[in-house]
Amino acid sequence: MSDELLEYPRRHYGMDHDRYEWSMLQDRKPVAWPGGKPLALWINISLQHFPLSGDKPAVPPPGALTMPYPDLRHYTLRDYGNRVGIYRLLKLMAEYEASPSLAISGALAEHYPQLLARLAQTPYEWLGHGWNMLCMHAGEVDADTEAGWIADSRQALEQFTDQPIKGWLSPGRLQTANTPELLVKNGFTYQCDWVNDELPYTFKTTEGDMTCLPSCLELDDVFVLSQNLHSEDSFAQQVIDAADLLIKEGREQGGRLLALNVHPWLVGQPHRVRTVREILEALLVARGEAIWHASPASIIEAASA
Amino acid sequence: MSGSAQNAELELYEYNPYEGRPKIEWPNGARLAFWVAPNIEFYELDPPTNPHRKPWPHPYPAVPGYSIRDYGNRVGHQRQMAVLDKYGVRGSISLSAALCEHHPEIIALCAERDWEFFSHGIYNTRYTYGLTEDQEREMIEDAMATIERAVGQRPAGYLAPALSHSNHTIDLFAEAGGRYTCDLFHDDQPTWVKTRSGKPFVSIPYSLELNDTIAYVVQKMEPRRYGEIIRRAFDQLYAEGAESGTVMCIPTHNYQVSCPHRLRAFEEALEYITGHSDVWVTTGREIAEYSLSHLQEQIGGGAESAT
Repeated sequence: MSDELLEYPRRHYGMDHDRYEWSMLQDRKPVAWPGGKPLALWINISLQHFPLSGDKPAVPPPGALTMPYPDLRHYTLRDYGNRVGIYRLLKLMAEYEASPSLAISGALAEHYPQLLARLAQTPYEWLGHGWNMLCMHAGEVDADTEAGWIADSRQALEQFTDQPIKGWLSPGRLQTANTPELLVKNGFTYQCDWVNDELPYTFKTTEGDMTCLPSCLELDDVFVLSQNLHSEDSFAQQVIDAADLLIKEGREQGGRLLALNVHPWLVGQPHRVRTVREILEALLVARGEAIWHASPASIIEAASA
Repeated sequence: MSGSAQNAELELYEYNPYEGRPKIEWPNGARLAFWVAPNIEFYELDPPTNPHRKPWPHPYPAVPGYSIRDYGNRVGHQRQMAVLDKYGVRGSISLSAALCEHHPEIIALCAERDWEFFSHGIYNTRYTYGLTEDQEREMIEDAMATIERAVGQRPAGYLAPALSHSNHTIDLFAEAGGRYTCDLFHDDQPTWVKTRSGKPFVSIPYSLELNDTIAYVVQKMEPRRYGEIIRRAFDQLYAEGAESGTVMCIPTHNYQVSCPHRLRAFEEALEYITGHSDVWVTTGREIAEYSLSHLQEQIGGGAESAT
């Protein structure tokens, strides 16, 4: 076996790459959220387009179609989120005066302009979320192709909103080696794919710095309900347990962040949407005194103040 | 362990049925020796290709897998450490030795608490598979020397990196001065291990069943259920420990157990266990040394194999 297996060119202080500096959350200057609240809450709703195409993505994202063409059952189950599930969630968010962000597949602007126009009536922040759930930012995609997906995603959303689109969440939280640079070139100032922290931090690219606002995979509804097959009640319990621990730490050590990501095609189902209500009730009402619920851009701004 | 044949039978220990064994007595009449083994690991973003095992399920850069493990060191470590402090548990760290170089701040925090450091290879993305015996010896010695330089004490235990082994692994580790292995899951009591050098060497129970990564990633458990299985395992081993001492280990990972939605289940289990009398809250090294010095006969050590 070659000696390369026993060579360690990046065995030194800090990280084994140049994307960000090493530090521990607890050793940093404490973050203070507005109103002295110990916990910031970011809720993101991912609106996704899964094409009916028989093409298989290089790396299948969570929720990918799996059956031979035409995979009507998975296509329509995902489509359900954009027809029914999202409207249930919008109603709930309005009822609780929540301020989620919306990560949106660019292709939805072409397929469902009515949906985008409706989303544009909300005050919620939009994030780029790739072109669709087949265009995976992973592996050997060439940089020009990927650059096209990113530019198209931005332009598609900008047809419907005047808000500046700053944030990006990749399909499946995947990136190629080029993704961060291409995002900066296309005007994105933060991305949420690296789940390595609980506060925003500086992410370096050769095109200049951006921010990483880490999303949370381990509390993502698809991860908990669809991959781990936990019950709806357990999902709510896990979110509430996380909030309680982070509120306690936030009081003792400095502001903490709880990042929740949900999918209308999953929690928008009639037997699951009640769980979203229970979570909103537990976080925004029962723990409202301790929680600052805000858009991702506001959270990044407050964290860097 | 003899030979390098692909089909050699395991010859590390004798068959020894659980019933009818000589009694194990722990210090101060404890029923159960309890230890927690936090794995503190470094996974490389871009390791060299080992044809026997892929480090990541995704192509480079494997952001999902890499970033959650980095989360463990950046966020999870101190969170877990605070809970272990609260219940008076000194961790026995299964350590990727290169972490001494990458993240010395973590090493310092553990050293000042008098935690144990045992070897878990150089990186968890460098496997034993495919190494020649000389290469594996070099890797084992490198990890031992790196940890010894960082903390001033040579590691006593070994959990092979990413549980990757050869037919020489345990022999080589014993020859490098190791005293115990965590790689064997055949028992709830220490077992004398036969190595080719005949040096005193013992297997200390390190449970895969209670390992948080197995529970959360393989078994996909709900957090509260993980706490429940830990308590059930304790109840059984504590009851059996009234007849003959048992060992219970909770192996953890700072990117699993320390997630904010999971820590509570672990904390409640620790509170339950440490709330019992006659529990020896200890480290892997202390269990190994006690076993080798006081329990040779009970754990199957023959006079002919002792030095």
